[in-house]
Amino acid sequence: MSVQHYQAKQFKSQAREALADQQLRDNFRGAMDYLQQKRKDAFNDPDELAQLRLHAENIRQRCLAKLPELLEQLERHCEANGIKVHWAEDAAQAQQLIAGLIQQAGGQKVVKGKSMVTEEIALNQHLESLGIECVESDMGEYIVQLAEETPSHIIMPAIHKNKQQVADIFQQHIKDFNYTLSVDKLIQTGREVLRSKFQQADVGISGVNFAVAETGTLCLVENEGNGRMTTTVPPLHIAVTGIEKVVEFLSDVPPLFSILTRSATGQHITTYFNMISGPRRAPERDGPQQVHLVLLDNGRSQAYADEALRKTLQCIRCGACMNHCPVYTRVGGHAYGTTYPGPIGKIISPHLQGLANTSDLVTASSLCGACEEVCPVNIPIPSLLQRLRRDAKLPTEAGQPSLKGQASAASVVEHTAWRAWAWLSTHSAIYNVCTSLVLSLAKFIPIPMGAWTRCRGKPALAEQSFHQAMKQRQQQANKQPISQSADQSSASNKGSN
Amino acid sequence: MTQTGLRIYPSKPNKVYFYATCLLDVLDPDGGMAAVELIEREGIEIIWVEKQSCCGQPAYTSGYQDQAKTVALSQIALFPEDHPIVVMSGSCAGMMFKHYPSLFADDPRLHARAQAFSERVYEFSEFLLRVCRATLQDKGEPTSVVLHTSCSGRREMGIHVSSQALLAQLNNVEIKNAAYETECCGFGGSFALRHADISQAMVEDKATHLSQSSAKQLVSADWGCLANINGHLAYRGEAASFQGKHLASFLWQRTADERGEQ
Ligand code: SF4
Repeated sequence: MSVQHYQAKQFKSQAREALADQQLRDNFRGAMDYLQQKRKDAFNDPDELAQLRLHAENIRQRCLAKLPELLEQLERHCEANGIKVHWAEDAAQAQQLIAGLIQQAGGQKVVKGKSMVTEEIALNQHLESLGIECVESDMGEYIVQLAEETPSHIIMPAIHKNKQQVADIFQQHIKDFNYTLSVDKLIQTGREVLRSKFQQADVGISGVNFAVAETGTLCLVENEGNGRMTTTVPPLHIAVTGIEKVVEFLSDVPPLFSILTRSATGQHITTYFNMISGPRRAPERDGPQQVHLVLLDNGRSQAYADEALRKTLQCIRCGACMNHCPVYTRVGGHAYGTTYPGPIGKIISPHLQGLANTSDLVTASSLCGACEEVCPVNIPIPSLLQRLRRDAKLPTEAGQPSLKGQASAASVVEHTAWRAWAWLSTHSAIYNVCTSLVLSLAKFIPIPMGAWTRCRGKPALAEQSFHQAMKQRQQQANKQPISQSADQSSASNKGSN
Repeated sequence: MTQTGLRIYPSKPNKVYFYATCLLDVLDPDGGMAAVELIEREGIEIIWVEKQSCCGQPAYTSGYQDQAKTVALSQIALFPEDHPIVVMSGSCAGMMFKHYPSLFADDPRLHARAQAFSERVYEFSEFLLRVCRATLQDKGEPTSVVLHTSCSGRREMGIHVSSQALLAQLNNVEIKNAAYETECCGFGGSFALRHADISQAMVEDKATHLSQSSAKQLVSADWGCLANINGHLAYRGEAASFQGKHLASFLWQRTADERGEQ
């Protein structure tokens, strides 16, 4: 099996392809409309919402401010609970670590709960290359895996597919499938396949939504029960998480959990909420014999090191920003070519992959601010995008640490053009000559406007600029200080009775 | 919540600075003139600083902070007196109100200067409604209107509220709502050129939703969006039947006396 590969560097062409796929666009529009409405219904009191967001933001900021300490505390308390903790600096280290744990235990068959961080380190592909079978147990993930694709959304991995497409995938891959378009029956079919996978698995891999430093507890939010099966049925459970997911106190969890689910799917609470605090203890009769936690950095400490960029790590992965993003709605998740698509993807991927690979992503926003408006932890996504745009283009200042891929999008031509623009904008006499020149010559010069005029008429320039009109008006007013000036403007009549 | 939600508005001043913005300057002098008339009608003297150019937003959103700073400082210097500054576009006002101070966050002296400047910045409809407390007398025939507000104007200045409130004062004007009202039109400055395909998909949808509102007139308080949407409407061949104009032009047309009847 080879998963179809999209790349952040190919964003533009991938976006173009997505835009040309009407079915895909309809699927996304429908799904995003639905999710926007769900969120809206879940938060019907704007004042309450503002307070909840502030509270959640404060929790995240407090925890991030103490991140190194909290991680050590988490490690201590996890180990005390019998959870073995491992640290991975990058994707390759994490892959090897996890594969090593599986091989040590003689594992051959793995079930995995939904976990974006394992997508980030391409775990499935790595395990497969070692001959280890790894089956996704979240229904959406399972569909995407069968289709040999990556998730196109962080909460709803198969949201880009409609039921017809899912039925076709099952038809191709599941033996004895009775073709149906009934969603219930489709889910039933998937569940039956997965049930036997849980029973056979040697290893269960999961993500983590919140890791509680105070108690050494791993929290997992889910709706299907597959997360519970994955973390309790197989004898070995490996949890993988980005280092930013740690919270200080157990009491930090309820407010974050509640705002997470309401922002994501409009649910006040999910069907399952798992709190894992260690392997099976005697005389318990179920639960894994071993639990491991892998803490992954993979570029996060770069974001952590900068006060402004650190806000990126406040994210609790609810997906609300993508659900409300007009760009995501139109191109879908795959076009981004990153594990995390949409607005959060644009601000976190530069730390994971470097600015050289992601410079098209940081410009692919009209900065409309819809993402910031819905983010439950108040991440200022547009400002962070602007910051990354700057860093992608400009060399670092002396003595400042630089970001991975900084200045990779620097262009002498562009830089010179902006300098000229700034010069013009600060030299008013010449600025005004230029605008009036453009206006008076526009009729005669065919201005090539390429990308702009592909779907727009040329902007209709005025005969004379506002600058000129105002000057004329003032001159006339000086000549006739008492009577009304009678200029040619349509707005020349004062409404005085 | 918008930044201006908690803003405390001063009483009506005697004089204001008028900030036309670069797009209005070359695309819609009539809209600017209409705004001047509306403000003067409130008994306020307009101060026109000829040296003004552009607020610096294009450089800022393109990642050229230094150039944006240069331009911002030059504009700040042009408005030394304590008068309010009325800005003819929500997104430029947002730039001057919200981003000027943050541009100079690391220089206390310049930051204070930018902060003092930005506190005097008002978007046109915000100024007319909240500072002038204008009451408009509708003198036109019955018609209908749909409003498009820029995202930054909406989210940074809250001008969808003030624009709507001004329109609601017009007795003979029915306000129509477009579907996906809060969604971006796809302009976003250099975004429209750098990511032309995505921008196109967005403006196509926006134009469709606006014209499906069945309003007779489209208005906006932002020329960035208007240039984008009008351009696309023209491309579709709808220029004759449906084109956007600046809110100021519309308000003036509805409320000015018949020509020559002064
Ligand atoms: S950035 Fe905010 S809205 Fe987006 S996924 Fe993270 S928490 Fe949710």
